[in-house]
Amino acid sequence: MFSYLKMFEDTNTGCRRRKGYAENAKEYQENESQNLFPRHLNLNSFCISFSPSSAKPLRLLRPEVWFSALAMLALPATAQTKFEGIGRQATSAEIKAWDIDVRPDFKGLPAGKGSVIQGEKIWEAQCAGCHGAFGESNEVFTPIAGNTTAKDIETGRVASLLPGANTPQRTTLMKLSSLSTLWDYVNRAMPWTAPKSLSSDEVYAVTAYMLNLGNIVPADFTLSDKNIREVQNRLPNRHGKTTAHAMWTSTELGGTTKPDVQGSSCMKDCNAEPKVASILPAHARDAHGNLAEQSRGLGGSRGADTTKPALTSVSAPAAAAAAVVAAPAPVVAAAPPVSKPNQPVAGKESASSAINSGASAVGLKSADVMPTLQKFACVACHGMDTRLVGPSFKEIVAKQGKRADAQAYLSGKIKAGGQGVYGQIPMPAQSISEAEAAKVAQWLVQGGVK
Amino acid sequence: MTFNTFLRKAPENFIPRQDVPHARKELKAGRRGFISSAFATAFVAAGAVNTPAHAQSNPISGQGDPNILELPAHSKALGQAVAARGYGVPSAYEKNLQRRESPGLTRVSQASVSFTPLQGLFGIITPSGLHFERHHQGWWDIEPDKHRFMINGSDDKMLKKAMVFTMDDLMRLPSVSKIYFIECGANTGMEWGNVAVPTVQYTHGMISCSEFTGVPLRLLLEMCGADFKRGKFVLAEGADGSGMTRTIPMNLVMNDEVLVAYGQNGEMLRPENGYPLRLIVPGVQGVSWVKYLRRIELGDMPYGAKDEVLHYTDLLPDGTHRQYSSVQEVKSVITSPSGGQVLLDKGAHQVTGLAWSGRGKITKVDVSADGGRNWMPTQLQTPVLSKCLTRFVMPWSWDGKPALIMSRAVDETGHIQPTYSELRKVRGTRSVYHNNAIQTWLISESGEVKNVQLS
Repeated sequence: MFSYLKMFEDTNTGCRRRKGYAENAKEYQENESQNLFPRHLNLNSFCISFSPSSAKPLRLLRPEVWFSALAMLALPATAQTKFEGIGRQATSAEIKAWDIDVRPDFKGLPAGKGSVIQGEKIWEAQCAGCHGAFGESNEVFTPIAGNTTAKDIETGRVASLLPGANTPQRTTLMKLSSLSTLWDYVNRAMPWTAPKSLSSDEVYAVTAYMLNLGNIVPADFTLSDKNIREVQNRLPNRHGKTTAHAMWTSTELGGTTKPDVQGSSCMKDCNAEPKVASILPAHARDAHGNLAEQSRGLGGSRGADTTKPALTSVSAPAAAAAAVVAAPAPVVAAAPPVSKPNQPVAGKESASSAINSGASAVGLKSADVMPTLQKFACVACHGMDTRLVGPSFKEIVAKQGKRADAQAYLSGKIKAGGQGVYGQIPMPAQSISEAEAAKVAQWLVQGGVK
Repeated sequence: MTFNTFLRKAPENFIPRQDVPHARKELKAGRRGFISSAFATAFVAAGAVNTPAHAQSNPISGQGDPNILELPAHSKALGQAVAARGYGVPSAYEKNLQRRESPGLTRVSQASVSFTPLQGLFGIITPSGLHFERHHQGWWDIEPDKHRFMINGSDDKMLKKAMVFTMDDLMRLPSVSKIYFIECGANTGMEWGNVAVPTVQYTHGMISCSEFTGVPLRLLLEMCGADFKRGKFVLAEGADGSGMTRTIPMNLVMNDEVLVAYGQNGEMLRPENGYPLRLIVPGVQGVSWVKYLRRIELGDMPYGAKDEVLHYTDLLPDGTHRQYSSVQEVKSVITSPSGGQVLLDKGAHQVTGLAWSGRGKITKVDVSADGGRNWMPTQLQTPVLSKCLTRFVMPWSWDGKPALIMSRAVDETGHIQPTYSELRKVRGTRSVYHNNAIQTWLISESGEVKNVQLS
């Protein structure tokens, strides 16, 4: 096997394969058209001053490696072996700070423990805002728990995934095959706006709470590094996975090299599919905005003006396929409905006079605070006019806008979070700066103008 | 010349874009009154040609086209100075081509995707500002002189020493520059069950192609004294909030395809694409090209990351999930004409599009205009590179009749892009990921192009 370091040692003793390069380059150009290596570069000229005396061939065939080697030759003699001055040994404290991954065999898992009850408290304060009190996710994110059974825990296969089950949504616990994955992800990436802020014990506790939501562990359970392997053996989908496919780049995971699906190379009078089976329904025509504004205004076509109906009915095209395919005219089957996107924050102009009435003429508009609202994912839970997880901004303005201390009150609430004013779903504390919170509060006090 | 009427391109701003099809329709219907006022100069009886109602978009008024006869300001005045823009931007007339979100696709814009406007791009290189985005917990513009890159082992014996590199360190090492495509594993994922989105931007726009510059990961592992006999897998980890992790195939590392990259299209990576450092894993889905790369761990087993166990897994008809599905298989799409466009007229057009394979070079792309009954070979434009976008072109004359156009690619391993029914027969309709089916566009008589699926 070729080694970079070995190469530098080799090149120190001279350029040995002047003659060989031409062959190699030819082979290279035939076998690999990746044009990373400038072919116009006369490599031989780099080698001319070196002695070709050694007969030991350089064990490399690829010109890009030669290129690296030649680049090295330009370095001072003392720098030719080990890339001196480049990189340094990591300290053990540095490795400990960053090496946080936990593998499926639980290598990397820190010692610790956390109970379902402890997890519930953390969940309510820091997770429920997005994921719902019971992991049902308030229709905001994919639900954590649901659609798994006691029998699944026994078999390790989730029945609601089996053919014919037609379960509309896959929850996290339906898919989870390795418990390390859940622990590792919560530990590295959650909570959403403050990742890596939970202690190991808190991660154990939150993980235990989620497992309890799926009835994988009982309500009085404490998860720890000691018993996590036993819980692994209760995951409903622990056997519902496969790596026997050709989509890993080699076969070490038990896969194959032969793709599972192959197309046809037929060129003439092929067995075509003559029927238009799916097409966007008319009501979804402008679901992605006006397409006229999404194509270049030059060339052989223009974007369709989707603020207006299509120019002709789509039934006409039938003729084309029918004529050529000599098959029954294509039938435009009814397409499944495409749901209109839910755009609570789309900032569209609308009257919303109730909100706007109190706004000062020079007040902040939503565009002024939208970067902040998005940065802290406020809009994941608060719509402009529509209640999502939490109250809409309109509702907040209506309820709090007239308070004498509205600015300070709202600013404080944005930072500290709260529960009970609008419902039982808590809003977690936000790691937002005073200035940013004050600006959002000011926008609300001024009426939450769109 | 057999057309009764046709419309050529209008002078800039003369006919509002949205009125072009209408104007043509009116002309066809012979309603000359429609054009008598506003369009009077646009359409004149064409004395020089046979057809009486010949519409011209190079209108001749009196002596000729005023765009020629009356010199424009830019021909008669002084233009702008050099460096008026320290970093150039596209023409003000090109604002329509933007990366865009698909409304309703994702719930939170920090864990979302924006799509590349393939319908307007030429050649194979994606302008860096139009490169598709996929962020898992928001993007950052990281201070490069504080960014660190660490290599460690899953145990003490995997490396002779764990190492830390600065950006300065990495940029002093021998670099390579190579052109590769990057495609999200979920590209075209919305279309597994049925047509869901209108244009090629949304059906296929989670793909981009750039020249990347960086250091082969193998070189860095060698500097650490890696035990390549035991080290069979590599974990890549990002420095952002999501701490993205993916297991990287070792064979791509060992043949020097995997790069620790800082350069993209001649400049540094864009922040949205991982500035200052990302992993390049050619042929493999984009989620493995970890951005804001902070750490590589050499280990002896795969890592079961969130995006290997819970997401980026392909649900098969038997209810099992395919894990570690990584390779982006042979695929192509016609980018013009494509969904959501309206052809200006019958006559000469170019059918063009992109083809790619995560297993190597594209060897052939065929195009059908009759829904797959008959196929014609296209010309592949050079360069044709491994694991890189390939541009195909085919001159085509549209006869004004409805047409079903589609492209089908073949790669150097002999893998042929499947139809939807061929794909669904094996993988069902619930996979979400790795949809490489043949795309069909329906050109209706009006010239409007629509996204359709056949059966």
